[in-house]
Amino acid sequence: MNALALYGRYVVISLRAQAQYPAATLLLTVGHCAATAIEILGVFALFDRFGPIGGWSFGEAALFYALVNIMFSIADLLTRGFEVFGADFVRTGAFDRVLLRPRAAALQLAGHEVRLSRLGRLLQALAVLILASRLVPIDWDAAAVATAVWAVAGGVALFVGILVLQATLAFWTVESLEVVNVLTYGGVQAAQYPLNIYPAWFRRLLTFGLPLACVAYYPVLAILKRPDPLGAPDWLLPLAPLAGFAFLALSFLAWRAGIARYASTGS
Amino acid sequence: MQSVRPYLAAFRTRFQLMLQYRAAALAGFATQCWWGAIRIMVFAAFYGVHAAAAPISLADAITYIWLGQALLALLPWLADPEIGQAVRTGGVGYDRLRPLDAYGFWYARTLGWMLARAVPRAVLMLLAAGIVLPLVGLGAWAWRPPSGMAAALLFLPAFVLMTALAAAVLMLANIVVAASLNERGVNAVLTPLVIVFSGSLLPLDFFPDALRPFLHVQPFAGLVDIPFRIYFADLGGGAALQGLALQAGWTVVLVGLGRLAMERMMRRLEMQGG
Amino acid sequence: MLQILVEALAKTYRVAERAPGLAGAVRGLVRRRWREVHALVDVSFSLEAGELLAFIGPNGAGKSTTVKILSGILRPTSGRVEVGGLVPYEDRVRHVARIGVVFGQRSQLWWDLPVLDGFDLLADIYRVDPAHYRRRRDELVAMLRLEPLLGQPVRQLSLGQRMRAEFAAALLHDPAILFLDEPTIGLDAPSKLAVRAFVRRLNREQGVTVLITTHDMHDVEALAERVIVIGQGRLLADGPFESLRASVLAERRLYIDFAGPAPELEIRGVTVRTRTERSLELAFDPAVIATPKLIAAIATQHAVEDIHVDEPAIEEVITRFYDLHDAREA
Repeated sequence: MNALALYGRYVVISLRAQAQYPAATLLLTVGHCAATAIEILGVFALFDRFGPIGGWSFGEAALFYALVNIMFSIADLLTRGFEVFGADFVRTGAFDRVLLRPRAAALQLAGHEVRLSRLGRLLQALAVLILASRLVPIDWDAAAVATAVWAVAGGVALFVGILVLQATLAFWTVESLEVVNVLTYGGVQAAQYPLNIYPAWFRRLLTFGLPLACVAYYPVLAILKRPDPLGAPDWLLPLAPLAGFAFLALSFLAWRAGIARYASTGS
Repeated sequence: MQSVRPYLAAFRTRFQLMLQYRAAALAGFATQCWWGAIRIMVFAAFYGVHAAAAPISLADAITYIWLGQALLALLPWLADPEIGQAVRTGGVGYDRLRPLDAYGFWYARTLGWMLARAVPRAVLMLLAAGIVLPLVGLGAWAWRPPSGMAAALLFLPAFVLMTALAAAVLMLANIVVAASLNERGVNAVLTPLVIVFSGSLLPLDFFPDALRPFLHVQPFAGLVDIPFRIYFADLGGGAALQGLALQAGWTVVLVGLGRLAMERMMRRLEMQGG
Repeated sequence: MLQILVEALAKTYRVAERAPGLAGAVRGLVRRRWREVHALVDVSFSLEAGELLAFIGPNGAGKSTTVKILSGILRPTSGRVEVGGLVPYEDRVRHVARIGVVFGQRSQLWWDLPVLDGFDLLADIYRVDPAHYRRRRDELVAMLRLEPLLGQPVRQLSLGQRMRAEFAAALLHDPAILFLDEPTIGLDAPSKLAVRAFVRRLNREQGVTVLITTHDMHDVEALAERVIVIGQGRLLADGPFESLRASVLAERRLYIDFAGPAPELEIRGVTVRTRTERSLELAFDPAVIATPKLIAAIATQHAVEDIHVDEPAIEEVITRFYDLHDAREA
């Protein structure tokens, strides 16, 4: 059975297990939706009090918010195994068993658990997307839709890459993994606003260091058919999500190095 | 003193346990610095557009954010994982066998858990945001000291009450977890409620003006909004005393509710045979 | 044909030290101390296909480390390891597809999945041909009497049941080599017997090479012709269990019940270990006085009701061996 088919098997098993507790799963999903939705309340309150900022109205800002939350929620769905890697695999020695199977460790971790409740974030993001489309209003022609899908793909790749890095950290220390939240949740926090409102050094960090701007800012400009207030050339805007894939590739290199280290030091 | 020993012991063991995780402490600190920085940048951007629309000065807003990060561990937004664990492994029954006031014991344990996580981070945050930032010339973005003697003096009881209130909220949450065996469900409700209404997401005055009267008197305001505004004298004199009274009042109510709930749960466990 | 080859294997770990108490915890925040642990030092041995080898040693001796290196999940510090022509830790995926591993008390099956679903998933993971899988699975289910357990989630099984399912899971993909790490630990007596019988069958009838680490000397007695003793990371003995016993304790025991009161005995090479009113437990060295001679010497002089010859308990032999080599628990 090839890797994709095996992944599908893992997903089905995970979903079936959750389907056995429909009430709990629903409750979790609603809860997660509420917990993540409070952020848009904050965004709204600030726009309501201060007015438009950086050339953006609330509706336009909401599009940034929606896309980055969509990207992260999908990545979140795919990477539970990596998220709990330190506590549930390295610390318990269960990773030994993963290595004793003739399959890539990453594949096994990706299929570890697919939590339906993470759709909660996706749901509120989609709601905000609809809201933004009405408020602006956004012209969803073929180009805009394609750009959005492409941006989300790049964004998912970026966030998956970050979470793989978090798991890789666990090979060195099982205790300081919290710091990666700076990149995941912190990244969502930062990118839920249009990035041109931030000071220059931060924007550069989010373009070249952690390429959030490439997946969340530039593609949105293309969708809204606005030139970049900061002057990036128009042809760059749709290509930017490539950076997300590049980041993912680099993360997997680190992951492989981490496994090699695990094999040297045991658990 | 003898009667207090088990509670002190509970507090101390938790504290020691938390100290062991040094890498975790530093990582958590870095995370929170980042968090604070992002939120400050967002505020600064909005203030840059129309500062007059703001209910407090940017300097105060910045101090508010740093205070929030420093004392984040005192925010009762997650039920204590140890309690959830004890429930799942049937440990709850054992607590009944110990010759102690169950609520008091758990309350002390909760306090220990919160303060152990808060103190190291608060100290680090004070060093970084309160001392280092001004030293490197970024004083405009720093955590400022309390605005005057009165504010400083009033902040002390406000801090104590905010901690007591947080423990009371967490206790109630823990008891509901123990009773319902549903830690996730409780957290799903607790987290958004606390984060929004305590003033952790935004200082309460930033929400639409129409909501102000309600927001100022609800129980969670005493967790963050009231004590912080006392700190930079946004709440001064009589208003500050009113704020303290609100914190104290809600603490009493929640402790009372917590004890009642615990009574009922313990009795139910007895009837079920633990 | 050599299937497993281990040459000058060594493994050293660096472990962080932590002082106890509150002061130690605070100091730990500032400075870390390291010490080196030599888990394995110059271990060499080899196995032919179809052999059954028991690996024994005190706790912390290095047995689990050896199994981990052989199964490819741990990289040695130095030395050479080859299993079936592959270097385990360098060719992980190919290597683990050919071996089965059972860890005592730790299950590889998915906790919430019914046993059969777990088997099916493993078949997919190991890419076992479906027809072959079904045959093999049914064979193992029959051999291990798993039929009534197939629909139950693993978490509902008792330890004994789980271990049987574990064995089946480890063999579904028909590995040529089976590593067993303390497989009988915590099992009740019938389950232990069942596991031993199963392993014996596997080895004798199906030619599976088996390497078993164990504390339980009765496992050794029941299964192994060949025994390797590891102590503090070193190989202390490698050979048939009988020669191990002989090298340590060339002693026999004689239990005699007398018709009358137990007499005083003065015979060369004989010590009285226990005396009751009517019986004696004697320890003697058969090299000094042969068993029939000793029996005759006593029976001709005294009225004897019952006689029983035995060897010292295995545990005693092994403990004596560890002591001789200063190899007690690290």
